Order: sequence, then C-alpha cells, then structure tokens
Amino acid sequence: MGLESALGEGFLTTRVDSLVNWARSNAVWPMPMGLACCAIEMMAFAGPKYDVSRFGSEVFRFSPRQSDLMIVAGWCTYKMSHAIRRIWDQMPDPKWCVAMGACASTGGMHRCYGVVQGVDNFLPVDAYISGCPPRPDAVINALMKIQDKIKTEHSVLLDT
Amino acid sequence: MNISSAHQKIIDDLKQQYPDDILEVTENRGDVLVRVSVDAIHNICQRLYDEYRFIYLVDIFGTDRFTSEDRFEVIYNIVSLRDQLRLFIKVRCEEEDPHVQTVTDIWKAANWQERQTYDMFGVIFDGHPDLRRVFLPEDFEYYPLRKEFPLLGVPGSIELPSTTPDTED
Repeated sequence: MGLESALGEGFLTTRVDSLVNWARSNAVWPMPMGLACCAIEMMAFAGPKYDVSRFGSEVFRFSPRQSDLMIVAGWCTYKMSHAIRRIWDQMPDPKWCVAMGACASTGGMHRCYGVVQGVDNFLPVDAYISGCPPRPDAVINALMKIQDKIKTEHSVLLDT
Repeated sequence: MNISSAHQKIIDDLKQQYPDDILEVTENRGDVLVRVSVDAIHNICQRLYDEYRFIYLVDIFGTDRFTSEDRFEVIYNIVSLRDQLRLFIKVRCEEEDPHVQTVTDIWKAANWQERQTYDMFGVIFDGHPDLRRVFLPEDFEYYPLRKEFPLLGVPGSIELPSTTPDTED
C-alpha cells in the first residue's frame, strides 16, 4: 500500500496474474461450432436480447486463430469429429470448450453408430450445458462458469 | 385390390412382355407395388422409361427382410410426370453376394441412390460407374442398416481424432 500512496491518485497495484486473468475472463471470444438446432440458441445468446456483450463475449470469431472458447452446439458425427478436433488444435492457448446441449454432452437422443456419444471423447470439455436445446440463459451461465474458472487459474509465471 | 385402370394397363403390358418376370402385384393405400425377378429389372425399367415415360426416379432404397431366402429387397420409386402415375418396383436378392443390375444408364439420379443402398445394405449394383460408400469411411467393414448390426455400432470401427495435437513444426 505504500507504493499507491507514493503514486497518488489514478494508480492501483495488483499482481500480473490477476490482471491477466481479469483481462482474459472478460474477453472470451467464442468460436461457434454450430452443428444443429443448438446453434440457433447460440445465436440468440449472442444477439441483443440476451446480450452476451455484457460479458465481453459478443465477438463471434469464425477463425479459430482469434478465438478462446469453442462452443460445440449440436450433435457431432464421427465424420465431423475430425474437423472439430482440427479446428480445436488450431486455436491458440489458452482455450476453453463448452459442450452445449444433450447431444454434444452425451450423444443425446442420437443413440446410434454414426454419432459420437459426447464430444468429451475427443475434446477437453470445461463446461457441459443440459437441455435440448438449452436456453440462451444456460449458455450465459456456462460462460460465467468459464469466467470463474479463468479467474482462479494458476499463475501465468508457471507457464514459462 | 384397388388398382387404377392406368396402372392396370401398364401391368398387363409388362405381364405380356415379361410373363415369367412379374412375380407379384400388390396395392397399398393407392400405391402399386410390382415385384419383378432380379434378372429382368434393367429391361423392365428401360421399358417403363421408354414406353410410359417414367422419367423421374424419386428414390431407390433397400430393406432387410431378415429371412433365410431372398433377404434383401431393393425398391425403386418412379413417377411418370406425363401420366401423373407413381409406381414402385421391387426386386429381391440373396444374402450371400447380393447383386442387382444398375439402372444408372436409365436414370442418372440412380447413381447416389444405389451408392447409398450399397453403403447401408451391401447390395452390389453391377455396372455402376462409381460404386463407393457415401456416408461411411471407405475402410468400414460393416453395413449398418442390416439387422444384425448393433444399434451403437461396433466399438472402434470408426476412428476418432487423435487427442494429442500435431507437433510437427
């Protein structure tokens, strides 16, 4: 506290970790992986009524290079799983993943040979959303869970 | 049976032309189904196309009857736009080595329909220009719409992506 009093008005001191996590958690740009009807709810989540820009996630990036959060919205076939994994691998670290809806989480009603029974078979999922399809509020809830996770991440200094 | 006179005229003509190959004629809620012998399918389709202008092939699909004889059935749904008629042609083939002659030279639309029937049931269409699988991987060993195929598939038969990222750089 001695430093702040020395600097005077307009300054605050914090740790780099907290600052970086605060910045990351309030600019989680989603990569929309819309595969089925959940994608419609995902669009509502980004639209003005539910207004995810309150949380800093309004910028849907269609390039994996610019995004931090992959929202897998809908049922995923074995054929599509390779494309999803490839896009996931192209996203720069740090990155997070949300399995949106029953199909992406467990296969849902598509209990058959062609559909992967949950995207966690090939992706590290951070948050699962129940519902078929989930309401946009539920997606916001998952986003807030991701934000909590980012804010409590371990030190960035340990990464180097 | 309640078969319209226009359908009856076509069936009578086919019976006259191919007396041994028309095996069964049935009617179900206005749809006429003609089962023909597997050797005559191409000639009969050609005649229906040429003489009765069944120029629109709506669908080709298979069924697995799960019987010891003539297990698989291939059904052709064709429409004559000139006469406003719809006709279903059926052929049956054996479980071991099922073969049906292709109709891709009559209807171009048959190409993918026959590929899909091959993909799902393993019925081989002789003379097809490009008989590859449509939906499933080329090296997939099973035919998923056959009755003995398990609902959730055979574990490990379709590859999932590697979960370790590509490290070549």
